[in-house]
Amino acid sequence: MTKRSVQFKIYRYDPDKDEKPYMQDITVELEPSDKKLLDALVRLKGKDDSLSFRRSCREGVCGSDAMNINGKNGLACLTAIDDLPQPVVLRPLPGLPVIRDLIVDMTQFFKQYHSIKPYLINDNPPPERERLQSPEDREELNGLYECILCACCSTACPSFWWNPDKFVGPAGLLAAYRFLADTRDEATSERLDNLEDPYRLFRCHSIMNCVDVCPKGLNPTRAIGKIKDMMVARAV
Amino acid sequence: MTVAKRTFDAVIVGAGGAGLRAALQLAEAGMKTAVLTKVFPTRSHTVAAQGGVAASLGNSTEDNWHWHMYDTVKGSDWLGDQDAIEFMCRKANEVVVELEHYGMPFDRTDSGKIYQRPFGGHSQNYGQMPVSRSCAAADRTGHAMLHALYQRNVRANTQFFVEWMALDLIRDADGHVLGVTALEMETGEVSIFHAKATIFATGGAGRIYHSSTNAFINTGDGVGMAARAGIPLEDMEFWQFHPTGVAGAGVLITEGVRGEGGILRNASGERFMERYAPNLKDLASRDVVSRAMTTEINEGRGCGPDKDYVLLDITHLAPETIMKRLPGIREIAIQFAGVDPIKEPIPVVPTCHYQMGGIPTNYKGQVVVPKGDDPNAPVVGFYAAGECACASVHGANRLGTNSLLDLLVFGKSSGETVVEDIQSGNLALRPLPADAADAALARIARLESQKNGESVFDVGLEMRRTMQKHAGVFRFDALLKEGVAKILEVAERAERTEIGDKSKVWNTARVEALELDNLIEVAKATMVSAEARKESRGAHVRDDAPDTPECPNGRNDKEWLKHTLWYSEGNRLAYKPVNLNPLNEGTEPIALAKRTY
Repeated sequence: MTKRSVQFKIYRYDPDKDEKPYMQDITVELEPSDKKLLDALVRLKGKDDSLSFRRSCREGVCGSDAMNINGKNGLACLTAIDDLPQPVVLRPLPGLPVIRDLIVDMTQFFKQYHSIKPYLINDNPPPERERLQSPEDREELNGLYECILCACCSTACPSFWWNPDKFVGPAGLLAAYRFLADTRDEATSERLDNLEDPYRLFRCHSIMNCVDVCPKGLNPTRAIGKIKDMMVARAV
Repeated sequence: MTVAKRTFDAVIVGAGGAGLRAALQLAEAGMKTAVLTKVFPTRSHTVAAQGGVAASLGNSTEDNWHWHMYDTVKGSDWLGDQDAIEFMCRKANEVVVELEHYGMPFDRTDSGKIYQRPFGGHSQNYGQMPVSRSCAAADRTGHAMLHALYQRNVRANTQFFVEWMALDLIRDADGHVLGVTALEMETGEVSIFHAKATIFATGGAGRIYHSSTNAFINTGDGVGMAARAGIPLEDMEFWQFHPTGVAGAGVLITEGVRGEGGILRNASGERFMERYAPNLKDLASRDVVSRAMTTEINEGRGCGPDKDYVLLDITHLAPETIMKRLPGIREIAIQFAGVDPIKEPIPVVPTCHYQMGGIPTNYKGQVVVPKGDDPNAPVVGFYAAGECACASVHGANRLGTNSLLDLLVFGKSSGETVVEDIQSGNLALRPLPADAADAALARIARLESQKNGESVFDVGLEMRRTMQKHAGVFRFDALLKEGVAKILEVAERAERTEIGDKSKVWNTARVEALELDNLIEVAKATMVSAEARKESRGAHVRDDAPDTPECPNGRNDKEWLKHTLWYSEGNRLAYKPVNLNPLNEGTEPIALAKRTY
């Protein structure tokens, strides 16, 4: 890869000095080693240190650098810069309050995650060694436990945009099913009660935006469907 | 500037594995605890650990903690303290089983037990053959662990201060530690966290190197704060270069790949590790493998147009094994190396990965410093655990999977020690000195008013390049000497950094400038300690300390079987003895021997 320049249009807003947000046009010269969108953002920040965004692991496991990239949510560190049509339009994740530039306030997102009791519940005294679980039962957790809480999914979901305080959202529901599916967890009916509500679970209309944007290739819609099946099964 | 004050029983800085494990201990004991973290807890760098956590559960091959202790002491090239190593290896089963009880989704054996895989340097029967000791959740063990620990803390109602950066340690005239000053990123406000006990769990500083597997946040904040507050740093010359970082990108490829059968090959396709480590081959200790790879590349047997990497080959493994045991690695290889490892080998190079040294502690997690005749006198109110600490269990070279174990064992023990010290009345809330926040406020004020200064970006780049060139996998006297002069120059420039962004709100430019202050302390400590140590040991290998009968592998036990202590003030060095005695009387010490694999 050679030196090349990339054009950006970036959402900027610093409440300390800007009356309102604006889109900034800016071009950056990339080094041959710059391959991902995050590399380009770091390069940009070397030029203008006021550009603010979260980032950490730069390999798609910490979930810090989620943003809206050319209209679609994704992780900057997993997005190849050369594949993006220019100007590359960057906005903060939609549906959450903007604190500054590409940084959003994720309070509501984590509140919903916490609301599903995201921890194993098993009040039996634990054995001296590990609780046993068959490889098949463990397999049920694949596609669920890998979530990195980046919020790409929930902030791509219209139901979450309209009711972020009432609808748990795809990330929270994926976590809810991760514990429902775990043979070591004993709070199935408590967990289902917690979700039996016109909003918390049932605002999902299976439009699958969450599946479309998940940078880890997970499928919250399928997990939500399985929770709905469990609701039906216990009603009959 | 007004400074708000908050008071706690304990303040923990850092919410990675060590911080979260310590927090659990305190929350469950009902202590009023604040956990400060620069990033939301599940974004801490523990999340990136891949291959597993060591414990001699013996689920698929026979194992016991004595063998684990032997491997760890040998891996450390005898620089590890044997009391701390015994403590860690004996505690391993307990802390791993606890984690399973918290809900961690370990892979399973057919009988439903925790799945274990072989890993570098871990052996059966004192070095005889590889053992399956690494407890794994696919190749996402750190992610699964960090989330399980965070989730358990949600259950325990732990109080987090998310996106707060600790700035400086507060000590009184007696040297007792009283808490930290910290910056709330969202508002730019500085507060004092006043506490009976302060636990540092701030992770490593792998970002001092240009080519690093580490996250951007790994800037050695706790290590830097401790150094500025007069605490010496131990064994900072010892840095682990992980054999398999993706060439060009630095992203980690777990040793678990070789644990599952992966093979390193040079340009002619040769399995070169057979020549360097006839017994354990590709599963030799990390320092040994990294040096072998570097030698292959230096001698012209590297791959690619510039002959500057070697290949990690798993094309002979069944695709199902790769999909089941190494799914994350496949994603990384496709994303960052542009190859599907099912069909093509992955280009890899040794990459800076782990800081063996750090803030000196004992096995209880207490920070210890020389005082009078005692080389290890506890600092009242100060504790540390995980990568920022040096217990010392890793000595001159850490074994894979012992870092996740370290943070569990010492996260827990530091938490337990704090609970005991507070409950026994040994730790009271001491009065804050009037100048408690001055050091932090002065650093911020200096940044605000700096004119015609240096760019944080440029100074950081110069530091990383200097470290890479002068203190790499192999070390040379002339390069080290030059490196010391250069890094002191860079440190001077770092005192004049200037930021363009003056906003109070989420000012990441300010955060990066403050982080650079910490990185610089670590870089200086590393270069100066490395220049001084005139022997080869573990990860520190000098061309002028070759293998001789008196000095096996260049290791000079007569003169250098001792821990380095670097003091920031005066940029001076001191040394203290290595503890060669295990913790319990019945445990046999591991006698000094030449290290071969």
